[in-house]
Amino acid sequence: MNFDFSDDQKFLKAEARKFLDANCGADRVRKVLDDDARGFDEALWKAVAAQGWLGAAIPEAHGGLGLGHLELCVIAEELGRAVAPIPFASTVYMLAEAVMLAGDESQKAEILPKIAAGEVIGALATSEGPGLLSAATLKASVSGGKLSGVKIPVTDGDIADLALVLAKENGQPGLFLVDLKGAGVSREAVKTLDPTRDSARLSFDGAPAQRLGGAGDGFALVEQVLDRAAILLAFEQCGGADRCLEMARAYALERYAFGRVIASYQAIKHKLADMYVKNELARSNAYYGAWALNTGAPEIPVAASAARIAASEAFWFASKENIQTHGGIGFTWEMDCHLYYRRSRQLSLVAGAPRVWKERLVSQLERRNAA
Amino acid sequence: MDFNDTPDEAAYRAQVRAWLEANAPRRPVSDDGEGGGSMAASKAWQARKAAAGYAQITWPKEWGGQGGTPIQQVIFNQEEAKFPIPPNPFQIGLGMCVPTVATFADQETKDRFVGPALRGEEIWCQLFSEPSGGSDVAAARTKAVRAPDGSGDWIISGQKVWTTGAQFSDYGIVVCRTNPDAPKHKGLTMFWLDMHDPGVEVKPIHQMSGGSGFNEVFFTDVRVKDSQRVGAVDDGWKVSLVTLMNERLAVGGASGAGWREFLEAARGVAGFEGQPAIKDQALREKLADWYVQAEGLKHTRNRTMTALSRGQTPGPESSIGKIVSAMQMQELGNAAIEMLDQYGIVSDPELAPLHGGFHSSVMFAPGLRIAGGTDEILKNIIAERVLGLPGDIRVDKDVPFKDMPTGR
Repeated sequence: MNFDFSDDQKFLKAEARKFLDANCGADRVRKVLDDDARGFDEALWKAVAAQGWLGAAIPEAHGGLGLGHLELCVIAEELGRAVAPIPFASTVYMLAEAVMLAGDESQKAEILPKIAAGEVIGALATSEGPGLLSAATLKASVSGGKLSGVKIPVTDGDIADLALVLAKENGQPGLFLVDLKGAGVSREAVKTLDPTRDSARLSFDGAPAQRLGGAGDGFALVEQVLDRAAILLAFEQCGGADRCLEMARAYALERYAFGRVIASYQAIKHKLADMYVKNELARSNAYYGAWALNTGAPEIPVAASAARIAASEAFWFASKENIQTHGGIGFTWEMDCHLYYRRSRQLSLVAGAPRVWKERLVSQLERRNAA
Repeated sequence: MDFNDTPDEAAYRAQVRAWLEANAPRRPVSDDGEGGGSMAASKAWQARKAAAGYAQITWPKEWGGQGGTPIQQVIFNQEEAKFPIPPNPFQIGLGMCVPTVATFADQETKDRFVGPALRGEEIWCQLFSEPSGGSDVAAARTKAVRAPDGSGDWIISGQKVWTTGAQFSDYGIVVCRTNPDAPKHKGLTMFWLDMHDPGVEVKPIHQMSGGSGFNEVFFTDVRVKDSQRVGAVDDGWKVSLVTLMNERLAVGGASGAGWREFLEAARGVAGFEGQPAIKDQALREKLADWYVQAEGLKHTRNRTMTALSRGQTPGPESSIGKIVSAMQMQELGNAAIEMLDQYGIVSDPELAPLHGGFHSSVMFAPGLRIAGGTDEILKNIIAERVLGLPGDIRVDKDVPFKDMPTGR
């Protein structure tokens, strides 16, 4: 049994924490939070690129480090812990994974080295409005290589260079690469619950689009990409949830009420124990996802669903109960509690809401356990 | 990261499997639910394991073990579980009582007890909980006083409760109050005693679930020799901590109906609009949550096994198991019977789904949430030992035991 990260991977994780402690403190995150004009921390993004993290799982032949997904998992956990205000997930978990999954050789050669070098920011554009998207409701369409339609919200849409857009072509859903700096694209920042992450409305009017993967594969490909992203996002969520537990613990040990530290009250102790239980369940599910992702196992969809459900629940619970443990001061702008509360909402929604993943999980269990 | 054995582990597993293939029973024995009906089979299987060195793999060779590693014990347990082996009534004795006695006893006592316990010839029980103290074990009132004849013997009287296996045990270790003038943790002493003594009376407890897996044990002037004392006089609390530290690493999960059984049942039961109940979105969300919890526990055990495999001490994550599984047993069982609507009240095994398995979960889960540490005590343990939060403010620490308020 070897169900843990290797010493090398743990070393990388420790190095990533040191790097982010030095380069991504709460003061840095708040500069993005407090400035509506800033979609991300550009200096941090460049520094992260210089660390090689963007290309951790990209093969050396395409300019990456050629490590693997386990290395990406440990980096993701640290980014989540630091609530890093950078388009890492959009670029690495979504764009790079999609190109590695479905891109042809020229697309790989064109895009992957630029991602690894930090020269391209990605975005995944599927949603067109409130509620679930289906083939029947999908409006964006491509005709003669030109895309038209509106996508909202697109995480990192206002800062991205290259978007993956779900659209119909000849009535068949496909996934298309669109240069957001090219013609026929207009974008507008959208205010969200988590201003430390960029979000936009993208309007396309005859924007040149190049298909990634097969015609008609759009939804299937998005599912595959989101499965992979869900596992990596689960590590970000685990990192954030653990940090919330640490914050709640530290505050409970220094705050006095009724003549003693609040950490000595069972109401607080049991709340923190509940956080610990949820965080460990999330971590164990995320580890299984990491194993599936790294080995390309057929269990990826089930493992990704479980990882996402457990991690979304853990981060939501830890982030809200962290505020509760802090009491009044936890509700202030100046305390960092709300950075995690906001990020927990962003991470739970960015790749589809937990209830959607629950439905997906049960559908798969029904098939796997067919009577 | 993988789920594979190391080469050493694979070799050990192959060796174990070959031995089990040649020696393990092939057909299950019928059990009366209380361990008694299959006792002969249990003892025979234990003796066979002991003869081959598999009874307690991590014990030193001079005790009849293999001097093996915890991961080897886990591997053996995994492989053994694939055979229809009889119930194991020996684990409390081998995992907790005998190591405690052996830690404090002289060589003669060790020689007398270790072998018969290992071979399943003698069964031990642990007599800690009392009517006045379940979570608060140090509140024990069963008293031991020196015999007035100057022999140095002790006379034990009082009552224990929730004693697993007392009805078929030959020996027990018992925590007694020896100094009621001292604060409660400082006036306890541990003894071992003969459960066949005429002053020992064992009465089964009729559980709310209908079964009787536990007992009340009454002591009326049970005389024990001073040589049966385990550890120093009034030092019994520290001795009992040794017992609890020896508690076997719990790698198993909760048994009973789980998400698979629920899924299966929900396919066959009518739900809204004539659709099967599995189409009910509320039930689907619950099913997803239970699956995720069960997988979380399974992979937490895999993390624990990984630590053992690497020769490390497992992290504190293994402490979450019972809190999660006991609560899930109760919630899943209840959701399953509510799914049946009015019919859900019917628990007759002839009539109910899964032969009444969901109903059994509902009725047994309250006990599982209490046994071996209540949900509340387990959360305290996580809060204090894992997260390092302060212990509860104690009003009983420096008060003589006899002056402590008891409520009755």
